[in-house]
Amino acid sequence: MNFNNTGDLVGFWNLYVIIIVAVSIIGCAVFLWMQGSAKHKPGEVTGHVWDETLEEYSNPLPSWWRWMFYITVVFALAYLALYPGLGSNTGSFGWTMRGQYDAEMAAAEAQYGPKFNQFLKQDVMTVAANQEARDMGGRLFQTYCSQCHGGDAGGAPSFPNLKDGDWLWGGTPEQIKETITGGRMGIMTPKGTKPDMDAEQVRDVVHYVRSLSGLTADSARVQRGAELFPQACAACHQVDGKGLQAAGYPNLTDKVWLHGSAESKQIEIVTNGMQNQMPAFGEFLGEAKVHLLTAYVWGLGGGVKPEAAAPAEPAAAEATPATAEAASAEQK
Amino acid sequence: MAFTHEKIETSNTLMIVLTLLVVSVGGLLEILPLFFQKSTTTPVNELVKPYDPLRLAGRDIYIREGCYNCHSQMIRPFRAETERYGHYSVAGEYVYDHPFQWGSKRTGPDLHRVGGRYSDQWHKIHLLNPRDVVPESNMPAYYWLDRPLKDPHISGKMAALRKVGVPYSDQEIADAPKALEGKTELDAVVAYLQGLGQALKQSR
Repeated sequence: MNFNNTGDLVGFWNLYVIIIVAVSIIGCAVFLWMQGSAKHKPGEVTGHVWDETLEEYSNPLPSWWRWMFYITVVFALAYLALYPGLGSNTGSFGWTMRGQYDAEMAAAEAQYGPKFNQFLKQDVMTVAANQEARDMGGRLFQTYCSQCHGGDAGGAPSFPNLKDGDWLWGGTPEQIKETITGGRMGIMTPKGTKPDMDAEQVRDVVHYVRSLSGLTADSARVQRGAELFPQACAACHQVDGKGLQAAGYPNLTDKVWLHGSAESKQIEIVTNGMQNQMPAFGEFLGEAKVHLLTAYVWGLGGGVKPEAAAPAEPAAAEATPATAEAASAEQK
Repeated sequence: MAFTHEKIETSNTLMIVLTLLVVSVGGLLEILPLFFQKSTTTPVNELVKPYDPLRLAGRDIYIREGCYNCHSQMIRPFRAETERYGHYSVAGEYVYDHPFQWGSKRTGPDLHRVGGRYSDQWHKIHLLNPRDVVPESNMPAYYWLDRPLKDPHISGKMAALRKVGVPYSDQEIADAPKALEGKTELDAVVAYLQGLGQALKQSR
């Protein structure tokens, strides 16, 4: 990165700084010397007269005060020899603000680096089982993630709950890591793939979608909406409305409503479209922190084991732990 | 000596001139040369660009609402700051800020690298009522920002900025009002915030 300004003070301005600094320091020393060497007779007055009779003795400066001033001159000279300040002179210590920062970062890396790297070598599920790693991940989460996903990772309207096992982009360690590293952008176009829908038709489609997850819906509208859905919505949300996790297309048949289940909100979204963005954090946080955060988020309760996300049954990946348990109970 | 104590003290003009000279030494040394240094007058890289009209309008709203009273835009080169906010700020990132918004107090977090950290939607919800996304936030709600953006002087502002060195073209200045059509104040502020600090993206 080319923003190091060492040696940036060149030519005239370098001389300008050096001359003003030198004149100020030398001038100060000369004035002190003149004051100290002036002869003062006891009882001599300066000649100033105020209020008719008030006069001022011409006394020398107190010597302790004069010597302290001399010390500041010596300090200034020593400082300018050791540290930057005299034009482009870097000082014999070679100190720079950037160098001090780099040293601070290197010391922190030596102290904390091994700890982060130790977890980086383990796979996410192993890290998620480690209490110390979970604590570290939790602190990172509070700093970088809680503003949107909430301090308890429970989400907020329009910002996903990370604990419930419902994933827009997949809940395996690899998918979570990809989401944190590169971010995600889910785009719904206004009125889906049927831009000529009028307000009534939009409402019909919304009622059909509401019926998919058992929300209250008008049956006549549901019937009309069912005919519109394949044309307007199925390209992304699929014919069965279950979406396509690999592309971030939300499942409309579960009971999770990121932006709320109010009819008015749903009509607004279908009419105007929607953008759901998760910003990318890979570049900012670095691999080791992203790894710990992945493990923390995966371990919140909704994490999906890699084999469970096998493509044969995409719905399994979105099953909540409760329904997954119910399913396995049925098998028994 | 011609230049005696008495001579200075008894001449108003001389006293004023010499006093001004003494009090200005610090500024002459520490401020004036910065106007002529490459690192403070040229963009740090090609990602530093003049504000487009919408961001410029958003920046003026940022100033109008006094955001700088609680938010700084200056990440210092300390680990405690760069871990949280990202790369420390450098002078060459502010060349098109007239005036800069460094601020001097943080009641809220530093905003110099807030660009891209949250989604547009988060910013909109957060500006209208911060408690909707951060329950413990003590930031005021700027609920009135969701109204049409009116900035009839945008071209004049850009022309004025060009006088102090921001390289806007005639075309850009002429097209500016069009770029603000149909936008809300909220759009402008979010556009401004999302553009902040994008020049240095890596954490250090």
